[in-house]
Amino acid sequence: MTVTIASFRKEAATAVGDAHLQVALETATGHFRDGRSEALAELPDAEALRDHLKAVRAATIARLADHLETFERNAIAAGAHVHWARDAAEAAHTVTELARARGVRLATKSKSMATEEIHLNQALRAAGVEPVETDLGEWIIQLAEEPPYHIIAPAIHKTRDQVAALFAAETGAPPADDDIATLTAIARRELRQRFLNAGMGISGGNLAVAETGSIVLVTNEGNGRMVTSLPPLHVAVIGIEKVAPTWDDAAAWLSLLARSATGQPLSIYTTVITGPAQEGDVDGPAEVHIILLDNGRSRLLGTEYEEVLQCIRCGACLNICPVYREAGGHAYGSPYSGPIGAVVSPLLFGLENYPALPHASTLCGACQDVCPVRIDLPRMLLALRAEEVSHGLASPAETVMEKGAAFILAHERLLRWGRRLLALGQLPLVAGRQLQLPPNLNPAQERRLPALAPRSFHEIWPELEDEDV
Amino acid sequence: MVARKEVSLFVTCLVDQVIPEVGVAAVRLLRRAGYQVAFPQEQTCCGQPFFNSGFQEQARTLAARTVDIFADAPAVVLPSGSCTTMIRKEYPHLLAGNPRYAYRARRLARKSFELSEFLLHQAGWQPPTSTPRGAVTYHDSCHMCRMLGLGAEPRLLLAQTGHELVEMAEPDRCCGFGGVFSIRMPEISNAMTTDKLDQAADTGAPLLVTADPGCLLQMRGLAGEKGPSIQHLATVLEEATR
Repeated sequence: MTVTIASFRKEAATAVGDAHLQVALETATGHFRDGRSEALAELPDAEALRDHLKAVRAATIARLADHLETFERNAIAAGAHVHWARDAAEAAHTVTELARARGVRLATKSKSMATEEIHLNQALRAAGVEPVETDLGEWIIQLAEEPPYHIIAPAIHKTRDQVAALFAAETGAPPADDDIATLTAIARRELRQRFLNAGMGISGGNLAVAETGSIVLVTNEGNGRMVTSLPPLHVAVIGIEKVAPTWDDAAAWLSLLARSATGQPLSIYTTVITGPAQEGDVDGPAEVHIILLDNGRSRLLGTEYEEVLQCIRCGACLNICPVYREAGGHAYGSPYSGPIGAVVSPLLFGLENYPALPHASTLCGACQDVCPVRIDLPRMLLALRAEEVSHGLASPAETVMEKGAAFILAHERLLRWGRRLLALGQLPLVAGRQLQLPPNLNPAQERRLPALAPRSFHEIWPELEDEDV
Repeated sequence: MVARKEVSLFVTCLVDQVIPEVGVAAVRLLRRAGYQVAFPQEQTCCGQPFFNSGFQEQARTLAARTVDIFADAPAVVLPSGSCTTMIRKEYPHLLAGNPRYAYRARRLARKSFELSEFLLHQAGWQPPTSTPRGAVTYHDSCHMCRMLGLGAEPRLLLAQTGHELVEMAEPDRCCGFGGVFSIRMPEISNAMTTDKLDQAADTGAPLLVTADPGCLLQMRGLAGEKGPSIQHLATVLEEATR
C-alpha cells in the first residue's frame, strides 16, 4: 500500500467530516495534553531533565552497537535468549518458529508497536497460532480488524457504543450496558481464560536496560504482567534503538515517558523482566526470548536522521499536532502516526511507500516543543521533502510550477509585468479582495483565495516615498 | 536637520502583491519610530515557499539574490515572522556551502528583524499614549513564536496602543496555512483554520491580530460575517498611533 497525497486526503476528509470522531479525538488528546503539562510542572526542573535525557539518548545512539552487545551479554547471563532480526520478516519468522517448535496454538499479547510494525498477528495466524491482544484498546481494534489509531491509545477513535457492538459480536451476547465498567468487565472475563490457556506470551519493550539485560514494560492495565508471567514462553520484540545503558538512564527515561504520554508520574505498572523464572520464583515463564529488531533503524545511524532514533514513543507529538488532531491516525497508513509517524514511516519503510507523509505537516513546530527529547521533526520533514525532489519523486506538474514560480521571482521585471497582466486578468473573478472561483476550480475548496491587490507595494512606493512624515 | 537612522524594508512577496497596505503601515510606523526607510526595488521573495517544498536549489537562488539586495542595508525589517525566520534561521545553513554567500548570509541573518521586534528592541519605540481601543485577540504565528521566540513583543505593543488582550484557548495553535500545505491538503488545512477561528470567536474580541501575512490571508479566506475582523499587526498599530 502506498500512502499518497490523495489517499491521505481521503482518509483525513472522512475523519474531518465525522463529528463524533472529532469530539473523541479532541477530548482524548486534550486530556493527554493537559496531563502532560501538569505532570511536567510537578518536576523541580523538567527542562533540565529533558536536556539530560536528550544527552543520554544521543550518547547511547552514538554507540548503539556497544550498548546492544552489553545488553545481549547480560540478558544471556540472566538466562534469556537473544535473537537479532534484520527486518520485519526475520523477526516474525523467529516468533512463529518458536511457536511451531513448542506446538503453541494460542498466544496472548500485550501492547506492542514493534509487533504492529512487523505485522506479527498476520504471520502468527498464517502459522496456525491465534494471537489475542490483551491491552483493552488493542483488543478492541483487533476485534474491529483495524490498525492502531494512536501510538499509546490505539482505540482512541472508538465510541462506547461501537465498543459494545464489537464485544457483542465477539461474545455472541449484547452487553447489559455500555458503561465503561460493564465493558471492561466483559474484556476481563473474556481475556482471563485466554491468559490461562496461552502457550506463549508476546510483548514489546518500552526500554531495554543494558547493564542488567532487562526489559522494561510500561502498562496501565496489568495485562502486561499476565502476558509475561503466565505462559511458559515469553517473547519480547524490541527495536534496537530502545536501549538504556544503565538504570540511572532508565530512571530519567521512565520519569519522562509516562509524564509526556498520559500525564502520569509513572504508569500503573512498570514491569522489569530479567531472564526467565528462577528456582523458587512463584511464577514467570520457563523461557524468555528477546528479539532485537532493526528493520531500517541501523540505516539511519550517521545520517541527518539519526536523531529520530532518540524517540521514546510517548505520543506527545501526536497529541499536540494540529494535523493529527484533524486527520486522525488511519490516514498515515502506518502503525506510527502523527509527526513521529510522518518521519519514521518513510525512513523505516521507504519514502516511495509514504510519499504523502512528509507533506502532512504545516511545519508549525509544536511537535518539537513537546518532545521529551526535543527531536527536530520539522527539520527532518524538510529533509524528506528535499529528498523527494532530488530523487525525482515530486510530481511533474508540481516541479514545473515550483521551478516556473522561482524563475519569475528571481527576475523582478518579469514579476512586475506578469503581475500586471494577472491583476487585470483576475478582474472578472474578484469580489472584495478575494477570488470567487467556482468550487471545482478552487484548489483551496471552500476557503476563498486572496486576489492580487489592484496595485502592488512596488507600484505604491513612489507616492509613499514622498509622503510627508 | 539631524540625519535619521536608516533601515531597509523587505516587504515580502505576499504583502507586495496581495496586501500592500501592510507595507504602507510598516513604513509609517518605522518613520514614526525615527527611521528613514529604504525600499530596494529588486526585492521579490525570500525563497521560503521553495525551501519548504523541498526545492532547495530554487530556494538557494532566491536566498542568494536577497543577500545581494540587502548587502549594504544597516538593518532589514520584515512585516512577517515567517520570512524573518527564513532569513535568520535558514539562510545561514542554506548558503553555508557557497563561499561567496556564507558570511554575508550570516550577516544578513544578524541584521534582519521582524517588525514588532525591531520597533521594540532596536528602535526603542514608545507609542504615544492612547485612549482605550477595546479588546483584541492575538494569533501567534508558528515560526514567529517557536523559532524566533517572539510573542511578548506584539502583545506589548498592542497593550501600549490601548488594546485589551483577550487570549484564545490555544493562541499558538497553527492556523492551518503552512504554505503549499494549504492547497495540497485543503480539507485538513480548512478544518484547522475553522478551529482557529472558532477559538478566536470564543474570546468575544472584535479584532483578531496576527503578525504574519500568510496566517492573515488563510484566516480571512474562511472568515464569516460574524467572526472578528482579521488584521495585520502593522495596520492595527499604525491606525492606533496616527
